[in-house]
Amino acid sequence: MLEYARWKFILVGSVLLVALILALPTVFGQAPALQIARKDRANIDTTAQASIEKFLGGHNATPVRSVLEGNRLTLHFRDVPQQLRARDAFNNEFAQQTYVSALTFATRAPEFFAKIGLRPMSLGLDLRGGLYLLYQVDVTRAIAQVLDSYEQQMRRALADSKTPYVDVTQVTVGGGGIQNAVRVTLPPNADADAVRAVLAKSAPDLALTTTTLASGPAVQGVLTEKQIRERQDNAIQKNLETLRNRVNELGVAEPVVQRQGLDRINVQLPGVQNSAEVKDILGKVATLEFRLGDAQNNAFEAAQRGRAPIGSKLYKMRGTGEPVLLKRDVIVTGDQLTDAKTAVTQEGPGVAIKLDARGGEEMLKVTRVNVGRRMGVVLIEQSRETVTVNGKPVTRDVTKQEVINYATIRGVFSNSFNITGMQAGEARELALLLRAGSLAAPLIPVEERAVGPTLGQENIDRGVNALVIGMLGVFVFMAIYYKVFGLVADLVLLSNVVLLTALLSLLRGAALSLPGIAGIILTVGMAVDANVLIYERIREELRNGVSPQAAIRAGFEKAFSAIADSNVTTLIAGLVLWVFGTGPIRGFAVVLTLGIGTSMFTALMGSRALLTLMYGGKRKIARLPI
Amino acid sequence: MEFFHKQTNFPFMATRKVWYGLSAALMIASFVSFATLGLNYAIDFTGGVSIDVKFPTAIDVDKVRAGLTNAGFHEPQVQSFGAREVNIRLPPVTETGDVIRERVEKALSGVASSAEIGQLEVVGSQVGAELRTSAMWALGFTLLGIFIYLALRFHTWRLSAGAILAVIHDPILVLGVFSVTQTPFDLPVVAAVLAVIGYSLNDTVVVFDRIRERFEASRRLAPALALDQAINQTLSRTIMTKVVTAIVVVALLFLGGPVLRGFSEALLIGIVAGTYSSIWISSAVALDLGLKAEHVFPTVKKTAVDHLP
Repeated sequence: MLEYARWKFILVGSVLLVALILALPTVFGQAPALQIARKDRANIDTTAQASIEKFLGGHNATPVRSVLEGNRLTLHFRDVPQQLRARDAFNNEFAQQTYVSALTFATRAPEFFAKIGLRPMSLGLDLRGGLYLLYQVDVTRAIAQVLDSYEQQMRRALADSKTPYVDVTQVTVGGGGIQNAVRVTLPPNADADAVRAVLAKSAPDLALTTTTLASGPAVQGVLTEKQIRERQDNAIQKNLETLRNRVNELGVAEPVVQRQGLDRINVQLPGVQNSAEVKDILGKVATLEFRLGDAQNNAFEAAQRGRAPIGSKLYKMRGTGEPVLLKRDVIVTGDQLTDAKTAVTQEGPGVAIKLDARGGEEMLKVTRVNVGRRMGVVLIEQSRETVTVNGKPVTRDVTKQEVINYATIRGVFSNSFNITGMQAGEARELALLLRAGSLAAPLIPVEERAVGPTLGQENIDRGVNALVIGMLGVFVFMAIYYKVFGLVADLVLLSNVVLLTALLSLLRGAALSLPGIAGIILTVGMAVDANVLIYERIREELRNGVSPQAAIRAGFEKAFSAIADSNVTTLIAGLVLWVFGTGPIRGFAVVLTLGIGTSMFTALMGSRALLTLMYGGKRKIARLPI
Repeated sequence: MEFFHKQTNFPFMATRKVWYGLSAALMIASFVSFATLGLNYAIDFTGGVSIDVKFPTAIDVDKVRAGLTNAGFHEPQVQSFGAREVNIRLPPVTETGDVIRERVEKALSGVASSAEIGQLEVVGSQVGAELRTSAMWALGFTLLGIFIYLALRFHTWRLSAGAILAVIHDPILVLGVFSVTQTPFDLPVVAAVLAVIGYSLNDTVVVFDRIRERFEASRRLAPALALDQAINQTLSRTIMTKVVTAIVVVALLFLGGPVLRGFSEALLIGIVAGTYSSIWISSAVALDLGLKAEHVFPTVKKTAVDHLP
């Protein structure tokens, strides 16, 4: 007698049914597609849809399918070359004005599946093409900024209280290696405690101490380790946010921006090709400052002397290089910006700016009493450049400060106004950078991997080919070696792949990579092992003269411990890889680990259920086709 | 179909000295190769630039190399994949990907009419060093996890020691072959080596499981005979499983493309090494360490001190 509990039949059946439904969208495959959205994020109507389709048809790139969902139009294409043709034609025609487009892959499954929330497996960059960037966040710069602001506050407090002092400097206290303190050196005989009291008001959250140096007394404030860590953390969080905003502004389909380790950020941009522009925008540290012009002094004289008069700063005009003198006091900075859009003004292309309440108030206060005077807009950009010094490449930070607009204040305004004085392209980039916010610390690219779209498609084809051929080979071999039982094993293997596919489509975080496909193929090979262990046991039992049905039962029972044991070691390797691996390797680890679970389930429960259906009950079986 | 219609009865234990010798020779050869040739680390671990280029027609690797050298690239390594595809490797640079892409495209335009860059990778040397460290940690943790598992699983250190030796034996052979053939050693290969560690034990564990069963059947069984029986009884399964896994790995090797070549090679070598070590090495080591039935099933000792008042 060979029996199997009814609930186990039901469990196996329902799990496989659910898995089959979940795996279906993936089975339909994915088509190269172009995702189109309006720059103002308004909905696209069917008239626009039709005209875009018609336009592409005229360029030998008629979409095979066109899906409109609110503000997003997805056009499917026959193959990658056609998709690229469509992208180029579309960008030449529309991209400068109304639309942004992004290369992507879209599921070929009927819309019905998307409606009930079923999506295909997400594909990794190596399979769909795209750009992977790993940035190191220069956190020491974030600390330097904090010290800068403390230094400024202290100088101001000392000047306001007319306290005599020698200098305010940033120094390294302790063995941290980076500058972590601000020190005010005082003349000999100065009352350090009194100065400390003055400074304490300007920097309440900095622990101030007095010391005596060779030159005389000094007051210093050292950042605690906690403060440094917090500041670094903040900088990374802020950068993550800014990068996300910038990536969204670029119009990339399904981008990933995530923190990696202590001070790194990885950015994955599917469909983005070698785009210098993209990297330029992502890595740019840019902010704006609004300052009043200095009308009393002559800028050219100051430039000749190479020094600005007290209370002013000397700048250069963008493009012409003309000197401009602006007041030291900043009216409003880029942080107080709430929106920035490109605008067409009477003076040419520009950016329409909106400020927050505080910024608007400041602006109102200043413009009210300064109509007729001039105001300058300073764009500060930080970048890194590599120069060769004595034959060795040296990387250094470069801060570029340029006046992009120096115009007369024509009337009183507060939180909403335009700035002009740039080309159309510059206006677009500036608006984007301002909108996305500035980076809290510079980003240094440390790793970059770009996969072309045709190579991605090739990788998919290679993976699928290897999977199909490999599985066919296994199927034929099993059928020859174990006859009918071999066919049962083949069915079990197939259901294992379906189950694995279903699990992977549920796991949104893990994208399928080429090593991931290799993992699936490997799982097929390994899943056979459980069946082989069982079948060899059954054969052994039969050889010992046990009746067919008892042999099947004994085979499953006696093989169980070997199956469980032999999978544990692979599980250990899989879990370690899951923890240590990144990118494609993690994809492999995920598949390997999940594959162990699915193959045990299908081999132990699935094939037992099937064999019981075939040979179970009270039937008399003379021989087993094994 | 069956590989062995009747139960086989090969005297594996009797010939173990021969296999010890073979393994020792292979190990020594691997270590000599590590010391002299070393591993051909890919840019994942050294930092640098890797570019895959596809040409419309067959291309001469030397021409590509000459074109790159003329364009001012220092010591470019060019390797061909098939007739029309090459992989170019450059030492770490300070330029960004776009700049390199432009320079390479320009350099190659003199070599062939239309070269298409499929994949371009730039890894900073700092990142490379970190990846190397994390690969070492991954390897270390896998081995540690497996040691702990083995120590808990088999009640005697003699079996554990045999398994551990096999676990160290197999990846060393894989790395040895990679060193001798100078196949690029990249991240997917590390993943494959870890998988090999998992798989190679798979057989050993199945054999050990059977050893326990043999001793259970008869505690008086001579250890050498019990081990021979265990290996023979699992031989069909060992070979069958490995043949099937080899089928899929060979499919990967020939159809998976250049990205997976090293990965599939490592797996294939690992499968062969794993099968060999679990048949001839791991059990033999346990036997030479004095494995007996009572180690697998410890007899309950009577307490020496009686508790009577």
